[in-house]
Amino acid sequence: MRRSLSVLLFFTIGLLAFPADTQAAAGRGAVSSEVMESLKSSRVADRDTAISLLGQDRSPLAGQLLEGLRRGRLFIDRDRDRLYLENDGYVLLWPPDGEDNHGEPVNLKKVGTNNRQRQTLEGLLSLSALNDPLAENRRKASAALIGSSIALPEEIINLLAAEDDRTVRDNLVRILALSSLKDSSASAAEKLAALDELSRLYTPAAQNDLTGLAASGDPVLSPAARKVLAFMEARAQHLALAETFFFGASLGSVLVLAAIGLAITFGVMGVINMAHGEMVMLGAYTVWFMQTLIPEYPGLALILSLPTAFLVSGAVGGIIELSVIKPLYQRPLETLLATFGISLILQQAVRKLISPMNVAVVTPTFMSGQWAVTPNFSLTQGRVIIILFCLAVFLAVYLVLQKTRLGLEVRAVTQNRSMARALGIQAPRADTLTFALGSGVAGLAGVAVSQLTNVGPNLGQDYIVDSFMVVVFGGVGNLWGTLSGGLIIGLCNKFLEPVNGAMLARITIMAGIIIFIQRRPKGLFPPRGRVAAV
Amino acid sequence: MSYSCGRKTAVFLLTILMALGGSLLKAQDDTIKVGILHSLSGTMAISETTLKDAILLLIDEQNKKGGLLGRKLEAVVVDPASDWPMFAEKARDLLTRDKVAVVFGCWTSVSRKSVLPVFEELNGLLFYPVQYEGQESSKNVIYTGAAPNQQAIPAVDYLLGEGNKRFVLVGTDYVFPRTANKIVEAYLLKNGIVQEDIVTYYTPFSHSDWQSIVADIKRFGGTGQKTAVISTINGDANVPFYKELAAQNISSSDIPVMAFSVGEEELSGVDTKPLTGHLAAWNYFQSVENGANAEFIKKWREFIKNEKRVTNDPMEASYIGFNLWAKAVEKAKTADVDAVLKALVGLSVPNLSGGTATLLPNHHLTKPVLIGEIEDNGQFQIVWSTEKEVPGDAWSDFLPESADLISDWTDPVNCGNYNEKTKTCLGAGKSGEPTESPAAPADEKN
Repeated sequence: MRRSLSVLLFFTIGLLAFPADTQAAAGRGAVSSEVMESLKSSRVADRDTAISLLGQDRSPLAGQLLEGLRRGRLFIDRDRDRLYLENDGYVLLWPPDGEDNHGEPVNLKKVGTNNRQRQTLEGLLSLSALNDPLAENRRKASAALIGSSIALPEEIINLLAAEDDRTVRDNLVRILALSSLKDSSASAAEKLAALDELSRLYTPAAQNDLTGLAASGDPVLSPAARKVLAFMEARAQHLALAETFFFGASLGSVLVLAAIGLAITFGVMGVINMAHGEMVMLGAYTVWFMQTLIPEYPGLALILSLPTAFLVSGAVGGIIELSVIKPLYQRPLETLLATFGISLILQQAVRKLISPMNVAVVTPTFMSGQWAVTPNFSLTQGRVIIILFCLAVFLAVYLVLQKTRLGLEVRAVTQNRSMARALGIQAPRADTLTFALGSGVAGLAGVAVSQLTNVGPNLGQDYIVDSFMVVVFGGVGNLWGTLSGGLIIGLCNKFLEPVNGAMLARITIMAGIIIFIQRRPKGLFPPRGRVAAV
Repeated sequence: MSYSCGRKTAVFLLTILMALGGSLLKAQDDTIKVGILHSLSGTMAISETTLKDAILLLIDEQNKKGGLLGRKLEAVVVDPASDWPMFAEKARDLLTRDKVAVVFGCWTSVSRKSVLPVFEELNGLLFYPVQYEGQESSKNVIYTGAAPNQQAIPAVDYLLGEGNKRFVLVGTDYVFPRTANKIVEAYLLKNGIVQEDIVTYYTPFSHSDWQSIVADIKRFGGTGQKTAVISTINGDANVPFYKELAAQNISSSDIPVMAFSVGEEELSGVDTKPLTGHLAAWNYFQSVENGANAEFIKKWREFIKNEKRVTNDPMEASYIGFNLWAKAVEKAKTADVDAVLKALVGLSVPNLSGGTATLLPNHHLTKPVLIGEIEDNGQFQIVWSTEKEVPGDAWSDFLPESADLISDWTDPVNCGNYNEKTKTCLGAGKSGEPTESPAAPADEKN
């Protein structure tokens, strides 16, 4: 058995690695007329027959067909009963030899499958992958088989005897335990043994069967099942708690990213900039633009977008400051209205120049996928990167403001404008540069946000309210306030969400902030000393 | 003196004659005005601009064929800017100032609810092209999109048939998801799904942080029973939702998501990788293989001058609506609203998926229901469809408050919310809910 599976696997791999001619050898299996009819049908539901027949047939050709079906790469010529595999061109799979084998494929139709069928296919292919020489592949395959009923217990017992990887062994034990729980003919002793294994191995997929068993009223089994359930619930709660912390930090980091730019323009300079959201939007559009420039490397385009977005948003911010905001200093209401107008102009400009519809931004591979901390607990890679990115941006902005000449000038101008000018600082120049810096950082936030949500003309609107909320809550004029404010709001939101739903969580947060601001008008970190008096 | 006076009179008479003749002539080549009430700016512009263009295309085509009743059609386009009260204002403008014969418009249910009183007060005619929550029927509105029994119920049937035992209902918090979910839940319970196996989440508009909800779905679906998600998430919130599903390694074969608001147009602006394999239920897909559809797609691309533009379900609903109206005008030999309304009921026109759409007395259509899986090119692979067209039902049979209600705008009933049990018409502005209509007559037996 195991050998035949390895052969199948070898051919499946071989199929991808070798050109068509080497595989044209006959004797790899045959496609029965029943299978052919089922593949030819225009009704997807009719594919069930082919899948179950091919699943029993352990020939290499069957393996290729199953793999092709699962990946949506199997094509059929309905008039001539020919099957092709698409893999950089079409490779003829069936018939194995005929008069015009190398004729051009014509009128090909993809052989479609639905979700349920793909799940079955996934199971069949995982089963054969349990013989893979690479432990990593066996781990994946065994994990995918937990909860599916495709694997026969005898096969698993055989595999278990030969397996030496611990994770794979655990997964195989889980599969066995689950199948004996489901099996009505299994004896009480077998079930008890299965429960014993499950009380050691955290297996959420067993929950349903356990609940059934716990309610069965069996004097021995039902208390044992209840014990296992209690163990799993406790474990699930721990994991959920850890998850919630991570989610909160991740939401918080997005809020902080969006708000840092505003913390500079609004917090430090005191300009109420309603066009801040649009600076974020410009950053996100930069990613789209870069990805259209180099469509082959979406990941590289994303990295290149970082400096570009900073420059684009920064330049636009600088122009806005020079042309609109500078003449309106000391007139906050007019500044608010003017920047609100700019925000509408920028939105409509994007609608007219690019499209009123969202644009497609690709998530590169390093931003997708999961990072397994423990076998049962994994974090989304993209989110981890965004948390780190947020901290990096925060640190960079902090250093610029504390350690550079520009930062010194900015702080001097905001603390006492006339004194700073008397000391020879060019206040207008400092203003422009600060505003450009704040806008540029908003552009960086846009790059991060483009990986999480839609990139469209309305993107900025979703972040402007949250950004103001974070800055005001954290304390106007204090970067540390923005960081802790954003993280606190993110964590509170995520801890409230399971309790009263996403909608109420948001409302509760808003209400909480209103009360907080009434009690402490200056936010979390109120400015102290001389600055506060100015 | 008398001569000059006579001459003056003659000139005067001549002027009057000319004026009369002019107005008569003018009436001859007068146009029939068609109002288009779709948002061209603001958040809904993303969806509604397409429908404006679709109606312009149809008007253009009709004029090439010589218009209607020998008169050309003239489009009057207004922009309600995704602002609900503005919809009512613009509708009033169209009906009173521009005196349009018909209006094609609205997308969201809120906008429809906002213009409804205007159309009823001024006796206008509105064709509404989007799938909606039902529980409404107006004499002045023709609903060319799907009612819940033409989208939600068949979609649930499909999921049940695929062996799903647990259901997650996720929606944006407004009227369509709330009502649709109420109907879906009642239907699931009726089909033997227990309450503990149904969980519901509502989120604010353009919700972008789906981490906790997706983690919950993963936990809910990981207990060893097949689980499906039914999504009434609206607009922009969809992409982050699917991205989060993919990020947390939930594939469409583990937990499929059935969406009621994701179509070709929405998919044309996103990275489709995380969505591949998930489901959508509509009455039309661009991928339907059919001559009429191929021709419509070709005309649409020529008209919009973009070889990559896609078509979608609300466009097909607009297409059906426009053709129905044109046919009714020709049948009634006038564009007058009452005559057209009378002519409309019972009319049939071909739809784009190879069948026919018939307008029922309840102002809803017969429509086929298709289930499609999202492919990586942003199109749908059709995996299931109803054998024949399903008649639209304005009042859901699965909600206790509307089970006895029907809508019939033909004589002798002529009522949008007629209670078949008590044989009474609840009257305008009344839904079936007893809380909203305390004045409803008590159950009298005749």
